[in-house]
Amino acid sequence: MKIHEYQGKAILKKYNVTVQDGIAIKSMDEFDSAVNSLRERGIQQYVVKSQIHAGGRGKGKVYNKNNRDELIAEGGVKFFGQDVEKAKEYAGKILGNILVTHQTGAEGKEVQTLFITEGLDYKKELYISILLDRSVSKNVIMASTEGGVEIEKVAAETPEKIVKCYVEPSIGLQSFQSREIAFALNLEGNAFKDFQKFLMNLYKAYEDTDASLVEINPLIITNDDKILALDAKVNLDDNALFKHKEFLELRDLNEEDPLEIEASKYDLNYIKLDGNVGCMVNGAGLAMATMDIIKLAGGEPANFLDVGGSASAETVENGFKIILSDKNVKAILINIFGGIVRCDRVATGVVQAASNLHIDLPVVVRLQGTNSEEARKILDDSGLNLISADTLADAAEKVTKAIA
Amino acid sequence: MSILVNKKSKVLIQGITGTEGTFHTTQMLEYGTNVVAGVTPGKGETMFQDKIPVFNTVKEAVEKSGADVSAIFVPSGFAGDAVIEAADAGIKVIVCITEGIPTNEMIRAYNYIKLLNNRGEEIHLIGPNSPGIISPEECKVGIMPGFIHKKGNVGVISRSGTLTYEAVDQLTKLGIGQSTCIGIGGDPVIGTRFIDAIKLFNEDKNTYAILMIGEIGGNAEEEAAYYIKENVKKPVVGFIAGKTAPPGRRMGHAGAIISGGKGTAAEKVTVMKECGIIVADSPADLGITMKAALENMKLKTKSRKKNKKKDKKSKKKDKKKDKKFRKK
Repeated sequence: MKIHEYQGKAILKKYNVTVQDGIAIKSMDEFDSAVNSLRERGIQQYVVKSQIHAGGRGKGKVYNKNNRDELIAEGGVKFFGQDVEKAKEYAGKILGNILVTHQTGAEGKEVQTLFITEGLDYKKELYISILLDRSVSKNVIMASTEGGVEIEKVAAETPEKIVKCYVEPSIGLQSFQSREIAFALNLEGNAFKDFQKFLMNLYKAYEDTDASLVEINPLIITNDDKILALDAKVNLDDNALFKHKEFLELRDLNEEDPLEIEASKYDLNYIKLDGNVGCMVNGAGLAMATMDIIKLAGGEPANFLDVGGSASAETVENGFKIILSDKNVKAILINIFGGIVRCDRVATGVVQAASNLHIDLPVVVRLQGTNSEEARKILDDSGLNLISADTLADAAEKVTKAIA
Repeated sequence: MSILVNKKSKVLIQGITGTEGTFHTTQMLEYGTNVVAGVTPGKGETMFQDKIPVFNTVKEAVEKSGADVSAIFVPSGFAGDAVIEAADAGIKVIVCITEGIPTNEMIRAYNYIKLLNNRGEEIHLIGPNSPGIISPEECKVGIMPGFIHKKGNVGVISRSGTLTYEAVDQLTKLGIGQSTCIGIGGDPVIGTRFIDAIKLFNEDKNTYAILMIGEIGGNAEEEAAYYIKENVKKPVVGFIAGKTAPPGRRMGHAGAIISGGKGTAAEKVTVMKECGIIVADSPADLGITMKAALENMKLKTKSRKKNKKKDKKSKKKDKKKDKKFRKK
């Protein structure tokens, strides 16, 4: 699960990770009181930061929500020094409008929250992140002297500038490792000392919260030699959320596709794509393969939809509802490898769902497994626009023919 | 005739009394799997369906039943612990069916097993989030439909469940049997990887060819491909699912995500082809691509008469074994 910068920083703060201070606001009514509170904490310089689940905010562009051609502001993050009036004016302009960055795609994301933070003077930007390295099945700490830029670029162009340190799961992060990284980052004096504490706390936060990624970019050395997280990206492991009920409320539904939210309510795994052939499949691998074969047959998949193992009448009906909410869909391909589930039961479910929902689009159904012959008969005799298919290739051909 | 599991395997089911455990244990028994014990903490000293003893701990189950293979059906919050318990008790093949295990817990379990293996143990973890492993007509440890399989000489490895069934179904319908089929699971942290299974199939005399079905995300397919290039002479047919998957989106499996431009299908297919793997473009062609590869191999071996004779002998033996199994 992705969370916002201000939420991530709040979590890190609980683990004594030093972060840039700030207050999140959802409407301009809260702006003055946020600034006043920061002022009371001794803060005199201000930054306005858009909160969306995507990177590249600083270099992004803000467009009018109601007129997407109108450019409102350059940059979704801005430093205003002591000029509160200008900060307020900018905040008022971007809140509620659309921020487009290299990570959001052209459709961009609506800025619904602003993080009003302290503005800091610093002498150096660094990079640090913690994540799983799949190739060795261990957590790795990646650090670089090249902070504040895209780390993918650094990795591609100057890989020698990234240091990696693997954490042994049975003993956790050791002090000598944090020293090694500090030396590699050329830290000295107070910053060196500060960094040790920072990293140990950061790793503890990563592990305790079952995060799947903690990325601090940039990590800064302030003019008075302190180490501090200027930005923070925290992703949480979905599989571990049951252990951290308090994180459930951090989910921002505005950041997700409404159809995908609807699908998750039915325990369906749905991802919307841009094509015109809807598909409903049991199993993620087979679902991807089905999308691939639609494309090979000359169609364009409209979605990824994994209905899971059982494929009951209810699941199929919900699947239909989700697929049909996408108005681009011109035909549907159902590919269920029954296996232990009996195909005749799935077929009955498909017929029931299709007649309940009065589906008039062509639906190609391919059921494989136990009783697939009976299943075919049920589909053929239904009197509905259901086209039964035998093999995977046959199914893909029939569905693309249906939209031609 | 197989790798990791065979008719001699003594199978233990962790979570045998749960809904999933009960259903699939029954299915495995029907298939002829030698299920010798079950474990459900708190239900020790009871019997499962009047024939299989249930124990409180894996240690006790292993001591009393001699189990050497375990299938894990316990809920995700406890499954990481169950894997470690099985390894600790001396189980050699641990098959974790459970999906949705927290990554940090799998990191611990994976590295614990690695530690034991470094000390000389030889433990194979399959999964998690795996459909299991089957050596057709001998032993099924998992949730796959047994009837689509046929005993034979093609080893199948895949990250996913139903796509593996699809592949196996295509093979069987073309009369091509399988030595062993393994679903290695769709998670970011898994025990047996493609490369490990390929090594085992390469050493197995009765596996003549290998079918490897990968998907987007990670670099396990590439890792295996480089190994194949250097070490495997048997024909390998491959496929990568997810050519149409958009970057940055997790396609069902936690492991199936293209991130930072890495792990795309195109990238994987290129490396696999470079390494001599015959890659099927369409998931509908998995069976026929393998058939062609096998025929091509036969043509090559026909030129060597000695080999041909050996082949015939072993085939006869296999047939005898087949009959024995059916009698059982």
